[in-house]
Amino acid sequence: MNLKANNITFSYSKKRQILKDVSLSINNNEIIGLIGDSGSGKSTLCKILSGYITNYTGEVTMDNKAIPDKDFYPVQLIYQHPEKTMNPKWKMEKVLNESWTPTQELKDTFGLKDTWLTRWPNELSGGELQRFSILRALNPKTKFIIADEISTMLDAVTQVQIWEALIKHCKANNIGILAVSHDEELLEVICDDILHFDEINNL
Amino acid sequence: MTKLLEVNNLSISFTQYVQGLNRHDSKVISDLTIDIDESEIVAVLGSSGSGKSLLAHSILGILPYNSNVTGEIKYKGEVLNQGLKEKLRGKEICLIPQSVNFLDPLMKVSEQAIGECKDDKEHDEKKIRQREIFNRYGLDESVDDLYPFELSGGMARKVLLSTALIGNPSLLIADEPTPGLDKKSVEETIEDIKNLKEHNKGILLITHEIDVALKTADRIAIFYSGYVIEINTAENFKNTDNILHPYSKALIDSLPRNGFKLTEGVQPLDEVSGCPYYENCPIRLDKCENNIPKLINHDGIMIRCFKYEEANDES
Repeated sequence: MNLKANNITFSYSKKRQILKDVSLSINNNEIIGLIGDSGSGKSTLCKILSGYITNYTGEVTMDNKAIPDKDFYPVQLIYQHPEKTMNPKWKMEKVLNESWTPTQELKDTFGLKDTWLTRWPNELSGGELQRFSILRALNPKTKFIIADEISTMLDAVTQVQIWEALIKHCKANNIGILAVSHDEELLEVICDDILHFDEINNL
Repeated sequence: MTKLLEVNNLSISFTQYVQGLNRHDSKVISDLTIDIDESEIVAVLGSSGSGKSLLAHSILGILPYNSNVTGEIKYKGEVLNQGLKEKLRGKEICLIPQSVNFLDPLMKVSEQAIGECKDDKEHDEKKIRQREIFNRYGLDESVDDLYPFELSGGMARKVLLSTALIGNPSLLIADEPTPGLDKKSVEETIEDIKNLKEHNKGILLITHEIDVALKTADRIAIFYSGYVIEINTAENFKNTDNILHPYSKALIDSLPRNGFKLTEGVQPLDEVSGCPYYENCPIRLDKCENNIPKLINHDGIMIRCFKYEEANDES
């Protein structure tokens, strides 16, 4: 399976174009890194790939077919700040099970403790919340994960734990990953190949 | 010799209401001891959301009303009480905040940097100083009249830094100055901070990025679950043999360039009765479960671990 972006062009305002003719391709058995300067449009590209922004020109395809937006969207985005992506009035159990019910084995892989489930989001740390936001994105219908700086705010020990668990699950289930980060050393360790954003953005 | 800043046994907790009128005290910082000298950079390294910013807020006296603080903070040998904090902040002690959101969106950047003035004379004097500092950081006169939304991320950071320097402070507190910046901007920030040290300033750098701490600081304090577990020189952190606490070692080993080594375990959520690292510790002793070790000096390294307490007792 293959996720492709073909000649994506996008701008928020008429004044400044953010993306011009961006193309990339990810297979579901690989982890591709994407590195670039702050404010260059990496996160915008992530939102386009995962279906949050739709008014772009160009196309995003999976196996050369357009992705239907009616059903579960097979490209899932994980954000840098998990606390901003959760309903503060939902307990963690509800947050986790919104999309699907992860198996106990998977919860263990991600080091998710049962005592966390009865907590509110503001009672957990960023590292703990990020484990939830990754796990809930791993619905069996998910084919690609877009990881937008998912470990930037975490300490180094937690960073390893989260990536190890995510990579293990994705390799076993043929899920492709686009890993966006500023940290070139991290990408060199986890990725099969690294793309430089300024080289694929034809501005 | 008196240090520029001394923090002794500082603890901060918050009183929160849970379910109706039941009150709950949650401890965020426990028994924190640290000191900073002139021309020294001390980094406090801990995961984000662990409460290290509260250290900065307590030094400046801007904690919210429901906080309880015990312990002592001394500035140049003098105990910092709320009155003195209010007198010194913005003059002797300044904060470099972490994000551009700290700028007033409706005010020209030069006026924000100058700040409040009693009369025109003071304003004119400060204006000269503001120009001087803006120039030092490569912000020319056209920048003076800009509003924050017209600045790039890098420029905004320089404005924040300049604003902190206008009053010529002796102590600067930099709260997470780098996350989300690209490599070039991070390098620039590191240079700026090092440059302040050359000007005899003491700097408290609060960060969760090890690399930034390693590249700038003279000493690094590791913050774990509200406790400082080790204070060691940045030099020693380059080699895991020279650091003592098992968590500090795990932290260094888990860096991508050091092998990306996996260490299991998470920080405890609730207050524990013993050592905060007990559950994950490979060298734990029986007494670690119910006793909290003190921060002690072991060969010049400050460490919170019974193993080294015992080693000290023997020698």
